[in-house]
Amino acid sequence: MKRQLIFYALAAAIAAAACLIFGDSVSIAARGAFADSFAVHRTLVKSAPLALTAIGLIVAWRGGMFNIGGEGQLLMGALACALIYRLAPNLPFERAALLAGSAIAGGTYALIAAILYTKRGVNIVIGTILLNFIAMQIVSYAVRGPLQEPTHSIPQTASLPRELMFGRPNPQTDLHWGVLFAPVLAVACSIWLFRTAQGFRIRLVGSNFRAARAARIDADKHRTICMGVSGAIIGLAGGIEFLGTTGYLYDGFSPGWGFLGIPVALLGGLHPLGALASAFGFGAIIAGTKQLEAAGRADSSLVFAIQGAALLLFMLAQAVRTSSLRASSRIVEGSDA
Amino acid sequence: MNEVLGILSAMLSIGTPLMIAASGETVLERAGVLNIGLEGVMLCSAFFAFLTDSATHSPWLGLAAGVVSAVLLMAVSSAFVIKFACDQVVTGTAVNLLSLGITGSLFAFAFGKTGKLVAVESVPKNEAFLSLNPLMLLAAAAPLFAWILLTKTRWGLAARGCGESPESVSALGFSVIKTRLQASGFAAVCAGIAGSYLTIAQTNSFAPNMTAGIGFVVLAAVTFGRWSIAGTVFASLLIALGYGAQFWLKAKQTAIPYQLFDALPYLSALIALICAGRSSSAPASLARPFSPK
Repeated sequence: MKRQLIFYALAAAIAAAACLIFGDSVSIAARGAFADSFAVHRTLVKSAPLALTAIGLIVAWRGGMFNIGGEGQLLMGALACALIYRLAPNLPFERAALLAGSAIAGGTYALIAAILYTKRGVNIVIGTILLNFIAMQIVSYAVRGPLQEPTHSIPQTASLPRELMFGRPNPQTDLHWGVLFAPVLAVACSIWLFRTAQGFRIRLVGSNFRAARAARIDADKHRTICMGVSGAIIGLAGGIEFLGTTGYLYDGFSPGWGFLGIPVALLGGLHPLGALASAFGFGAIIAGTKQLEAAGRADSSLVFAIQGAALLLFMLAQAVRTSSLRASSRIVEGSDA
Repeated sequence: MNEVLGILSAMLSIGTPLMIAASGETVLERAGVLNIGLEGVMLCSAFFAFLTDSATHSPWLGLAAGVVSAVLLMAVSSAFVIKFACDQVVTGTAVNLLSLGITGSLFAFAFGKTGKLVAVESVPKNEAFLSLNPLMLLAAAAPLFAWILLTKTRWGLAARGCGESPESVSALGFSVIKTRLQASGFAAVCAGIAGSYLTIAQTNSFAPNMTAGIGFVVLAAVTFGRWSIAGTVFASLLIALGYGAQFWLKAKQTAIPYQLFDALPYLSALIALICAGRSSSAPASLARPFSPK
């Protein structure tokens, strides 16, 4: 516990040092993330896809499936929205149909990796990563080919009409009501994973599949379920981004939400509610970096570096914690003998 | 005839970094460490090779800088996965993010956002025939060296033991940590050469995130090659053929959307993994951290 505190103090010290050295840049970033309602809205808009992808990843990771394919699943969700709108623009519940389609598309795309894993033993990490790159090419094809906007001049899909998009509390900012899906799904997934029998079985398969097998739990079935749900949530994140912010699909639709969600999930302690909190923190960093970029002080890729560094620091703290746990258990063993 | 030469040239050009990186990765995975951060390490060395080359106009100094940067980044990552027994997938992801962020930021800082292509000095090439370059010799040397290292030396036996049953190796008096760190050092040098190759020999330029998944394709090649050097070389060449076919088919201006060709390397890697199926040849302790008692 003491050592853990040292590491949190270290993290705070690094942050403080950054403030001293890059003082005005940090204050630009902080103002960009929190200064007024515009800034807070900006932070919330960026937090929502982070939280949703992180929640999706947590569902899979709890079941022992290292889903790194968030990027592909999210793109497939957005692509499904564009496709459904193109094929059937006037359904009675169009918005619901678009969102359902995005969840189904994301879930199906994740299931490909799950089935390749359970049937053919394809490593889930490498499989989902390769599927990411394939999804990017599918989107690139769709926005230049069959789904391109009617005038065929820009590589993007036709824009959704305003009435199909999510409402906005303040028309001057990008904040939309779709962000509310994040807390709702965080609570729902927390209950599912930690308060239901199926959630327990999934976590058992993930933490000790031999024990699960001894208890006659079908590991592959639960792995498939958690991958499907994981992909559906991440696909929905793509659908919500589509209906909330852009309204059309293009090559740079996702700035890497699927990858950005990984540190969010881990720093949230692999708990959906924790992910909500860490998504807000990283959302603020993204909003702040956007502001820095506008001021010509940084490149947006800085976010990736911050995330990587935060992840390493977090793991270091955990490693110290487990090694001190091991040390203390050794002491206990020693006293027993 | 020219077309065949064109495909062959593209295949050699992309096959070189694949084979060099895959040799190192095979040794490392046989020692029980899965380096998901390979993509990031290659990107890092590609950038620093490019940066040094553009400053000194010497591709060889660039190569040296690329290798040094790869070794440094791998040292950090190895400290986490080997020394502190952290999760290898998570650490690798962190390394990838870190490298993507640092190279992207430094590139924007040093060269601005002009979108202008900054060209650097290339290693000497034989323009007349297949644009062969001296680094391609390493593509032959690296697998050979890795093979001798793994199968003909005492160290290789210990390293393979670390991948199968680190407890036994440890009980025999070898240091699992030290052996894995040494394997990681070799993999770092290989990844550094392969990453540098991308900027100083292949494109003569740098773009943010230019590795575009090559590191992951290498991981797939090692798996498809069933963790043997010969198998990995074969898998790398097959995937390189996929890249070669991509350039050829693009030049043919067929009605097939070009994105299919862009997806070809990833598709072929995925199909290779599907065909490889569940194999018992994977090192038994791959990606399992070892902490000495």
